[in-house]
Amino acid sequence: MATVSEPPQGGFQLSQLIYDTRYRSMTIQIVTLIAVLSLIFWLGANVASNLAALGKPIDFGFLGEPANYDINQMLIKYTSQDTHARAAFVGLLNTLLVAFLGCILATVVGVVVGVLRLSSNWLIARVMTIYVETFRNVPVLLWIVLAMAILIEALPQPRDFRGDDPAASMFLDSVALTNRGIYMPEPLFSRSLGEFSFFGIFDISNDLLVLLAVLAAGIFAAKQIGKRADRIQNATGERPKTWYMSLGVIAVPLIVVLVLLGFHLGYPELKGFNFQGGIYMRNSFIALWLALSLYTAAFIAEIVRGGIMAISKGQSEAAAALGLRPSRTMRLVILPQALRVIIPPLISQYLNLTKNSSLAIGVGYMDLTGTLMGTSLNLSGRELECVMLTMLIYLAISLCISGVFNIYNQRVKLKER
Amino acid sequence: MAFEPYVRTQMLDPKPAPVTSVGPAGWLKRNLFDGPGNSVLTLVTMVAIFLLLAHLLPWMFLSVWNADSLAECRQIIDETYGLDHSGACWAVIHDRFFQLVYGFYPSELYWRPNLTFVLMLVALAPVLFTHLPRKMMIFSALFPFIGAWLLWGGSIWTPLAALAGFALGGAAYRYGSAVNGILAIAAAVLVPVIWWIFLMGPIARGLHAVIPLGIEVVESNQFGGFMVSIVIGITAITLSLPLGIMLALGRQTNLFIVRAFSVGFIEFIRGVPLITLLFVASTLLNYFMPPGTNFDLVVRVIIMATLFSSAYIAEVIRGGLAALPKGQYEAADSLGLDYWQAQRLIIMPQALKIAIPGIVSTFIGLFKDTTLVSIIGILDPIGLSNAIRADNAWNGIYWELFVFIGFVFFIFCFSMSRYSMYLERKLNTGHR
Amino acid sequence: MTKKVFWGALAVAGVAAGFASADTLDDVKARGELICGTSTGLAGFSAPDANGRYEGFDVAYCRALAAAIFGDPDAVEFKPLTTTNRFSALSAGEIDILSRNTTWTLTRDVDLKTTFVGVNYYDGQGFMVPKELGVSSARELDGATVCIQKGTTTELNLSDFFRKNNISYEPVPIETNAEAQQQYLAGACDVYTTDASGLAATRASFENPGDHIILPEIVSKEPLGPLVRHGDDHWADIARWTLNALITAEELGVTSANIEELSASTENPEIARLLGTEGNLGEMLGLSADWAKNAIMAEGNYGEIFEKNIGESTPIGLARGLNAQWTEGGLMYSPPFR
Repeated sequence: MATVSEPPQGGFQLSQLIYDTRYRSMTIQIVTLIAVLSLIFWLGANVASNLAALGKPIDFGFLGEPANYDINQMLIKYTSQDTHARAAFVGLLNTLLVAFLGCILATVVGVVVGVLRLSSNWLIARVMTIYVETFRNVPVLLWIVLAMAILIEALPQPRDFRGDDPAASMFLDSVALTNRGIYMPEPLFSRSLGEFSFFGIFDISNDLLVLLAVLAAGIFAAKQIGKRADRIQNATGERPKTWYMSLGVIAVPLIVVLVLLGFHLGYPELKGFNFQGGIYMRNSFIALWLALSLYTAAFIAEIVRGGIMAISKGQSEAAAALGLRPSRTMRLVILPQALRVIIPPLISQYLNLTKNSSLAIGVGYMDLTGTLMGTSLNLSGRELECVMLTMLIYLAISLCISGVFNIYNQRVKLKER
Repeated sequence: MAFEPYVRTQMLDPKPAPVTSVGPAGWLKRNLFDGPGNSVLTLVTMVAIFLLLAHLLPWMFLSVWNADSLAECRQIIDETYGLDHSGACWAVIHDRFFQLVYGFYPSELYWRPNLTFVLMLVALAPVLFTHLPRKMMIFSALFPFIGAWLLWGGSIWTPLAALAGFALGGAAYRYGSAVNGILAIAAAVLVPVIWWIFLMGPIARGLHAVIPLGIEVVESNQFGGFMVSIVIGITAITLSLPLGIMLALGRQTNLFIVRAFSVGFIEFIRGVPLITLLFVASTLLNYFMPPGTNFDLVVRVIIMATLFSSAYIAEVIRGGLAALPKGQYEAADSLGLDYWQAQRLIIMPQALKIAIPGIVSTFIGLFKDTTLVSIIGILDPIGLSNAIRADNAWNGIYWELFVFIGFVFFIFCFSMSRYSMYLERKLNTGHR
Repeated sequence: MTKKVFWGALAVAGVAAGFASADTLDDVKARGELICGTSTGLAGFSAPDANGRYEGFDVAYCRALAAAIFGDPDAVEFKPLTTTNRFSALSAGEIDILSRNTTWTLTRDVDLKTTFVGVNYYDGQGFMVPKELGVSSARELDGATVCIQKGTTTELNLSDFFRKNNISYEPVPIETNAEAQQQYLAGACDVYTTDASGLAATRASFENPGDHIILPEIVSKEPLGPLVRHGDDHWADIARWTLNALITAEELGVTSANIEELSASTENPEIARLLGTEGNLGEMLGLSADWAKNAIMAEGNYGEIFEKNIGESTPIGLARGLNAQWTEGGLMYSPPFR
């Protein structure tokens, strides 16, 4: 404080530790440090003595032992002979998959619902309000379980597709909606380039890499064409038509490569007990994905609505005065501004969704909690190691997500000049 | 010929608005059929709503309320509504209603949770509605002791002895400050702690032996149903408030070590899913306690839920602190108030007021999240629904229980969110 | 602040409530009741009824144990545990005994530091399929979708079985029996696999049990039994011999109906030793002389408990099979009481 006058003269007194602002902050910090460290030490000592009494020292060795159980949905190769560590990795990828797709769907639904809640159409606005209130005010675990139950009860079983006059039939002969999940055609390459092994941990299809490279090159070329068009426009005032060129540089190489690789679709077929071939989305995944997305979307809708309402009315009036249609006003004037209000709470919703994906346990989706903190824990009996490791992994995911979005947030923030 | 311009000398009566823009028809046109796009949207929505209701309503209302088992239910439905009608069997709710509400709490003691619930509303009233007399806050401060005693039962001396700790702390501070400031603070912290850890138990037991005043003990594994959700939710949020305030202040302070610990704790808790913390409660918490310590699972869950919500409350309060104009801090400084005086008299009352909607929504979130305890084996409504289905009589029942549980949660959460919106509006007018 | 400290007080009260010392029997006696870990709900084995009273095959054993110690079958508190926290609850001393249809395996006995006190039900993992699939052997299940309860030994057995026979399958992990049942009935999985007892119980609860068959293959041995912590042999002895008393009682024809009569006048020395009218077996265990009598009176002998909870007269409808007395071709064989 600026008003503090000359420091008192004379020897140091103990009471100065509290009354003298120069020492007080030190005192408080040291006391806190000692208190926290002793708490940590106390907890650690307790863990050590408890584990010693049980004869179960902390040991992560079990991670290297065969897991001995099967996982249904695996993004990388896994058999029951692989280790617990690999099983945990499979689970982690499943967590990331559902979190990633969930964030995308939740954002799309949330934005649409948030905008429609402000719609002039009375019925639509009311329906959206009911949707938001119903989903926000019922626990997400209940939604997940309900979504699973609806999928199981409402969709036909694979058996119904059999026979001359089946009770159910495939959509366009290529998509089968069953109560075990959705089977869709998968892309196949008859002249495949094989797979690229990433340090032996997982394999990436070379076809995919080539396609991505061609696509990236195409987009880069299209950007160059756009830039050239800008230059011409700046120089002459007329913008040459470029869309067919852009489309050409993106699509033509892609199609050529696809043909070279022998691209075709593999359709699911009913063989034996199940459909075989094609992409199989299990209903545990779909239930979790839909429930998480719809639940989070209700919150996002409120955030979006709040963001839009935060934009002053003058903005939409100005847009109307310029003759913009309501849809364009929304797209060009309101949303870009609202985005700045929306993004910070949106990030925390993404984090919530990712954390809530751990409720996969309720429908048997084998995510990180289902593998590392579920079956692996049960089979190895290593509660401390499994739970701690799971927490650390989730913490790392959360920190990554908030880190990435905070960088993005810094970039879109209003630059004050 | 003089040019005589035509001038109307008399106003025409206004024509009535076209029929398409007034009355029900006008309302319909404006709000439902404004343009082809909107019309299509409206029609599609109407058809969807109709289909949904056509399936749901017969199931919900052409149903059975009185039966002893699912089989009996199905039989009654077949007899009453025909073979191909599938109706709900609400009889399971009828049969297990008290279990879903109170769990296994002894039925002759239901008045205790009921009374606690009513007292809780009384205790909350002065916090939630500011125009009530401030003296009621005394009851709010005492309520945790009364509530815990009513729910868990036991000797009345235990809560009284726990309360006495505060009196001792206050007395120690008063006498200590006569001697020395450091001594006063140290005594105010140490005396109650020593009292609670070493003396309270024996003294309370001794007093109970001399004057046995008490009510029947109910162990927390007899708690269940919505009662356990409410107990966990309310206790955790109340306990997390002081912790959250400390964490929020810790995060704002310029003391590096304090801030580092606060930020670390908040970010750690907010970074992990609640279910992992509940797993810690159910499998690991005993490892962190001295050998031989043993808590009840419900108490352990309350600890973890408290830690969990304190991190979120801290962030909400930080928002409240950030929303205060800087002038308030400066004004407090200029009055010569020290840090704690400023916090107590100027900053916190305002920051907390701003934060109440956020606190309420944190509470709603926590209350919904209490359903996760079913995963670690506590019989909350969802856990009970599994137990009920394990009973031979109700094996195979599914939707009715979930619909009922969802409905009750909806009622609770919806009314709380309405309250928080009311509060937000009230606060808005106060500040602008 | 007030509230935080209140919580501290509560914690202290909780801490004071339970100090587990080395001798479990002393703790149990001091507490005045037995704490028994059981499942959150498995028809016939343990489930709370409408009044919240636990009933079932696993529960009955705990009641018998409580009766052996206190003479009161209700001096027991049940803690519902999940498959995940059952072992840690036992090792942390939250419960005195775990009676939760748990399979006795070497890892659990040795690595998880538990002691199985015996087998109260010999089970094995089986498969149930709808009749209309036309499957008659588990080896024909190539490519099938299999519903399976998570975190149990069944998961390992299933993986082993399919790998051994070199056929593929699609596991659908499920948390509870009720959910598995729902998925199976809706056709979301072709096969439901769990312990044969559980399959029978589940099938019995279907509307048309005849539409489903249990395949002949039993792919594993699942000896289910109660277990206690390592390191307290005295307590393990009490638990073991209470179970043996129930089994012996059936073998000797001692039932809850004739027990009073028999204890007053029996010629059979083994019955007399069992019921404590002769010898000092109870004293050796540190219990009262009529400990076994109390245990048997609690819910009946082994056969009675079986019949009442999971036997053929109940909806579960299990035959005795392997669980018959050794004199009748089963595996129930108690060491002698002498």
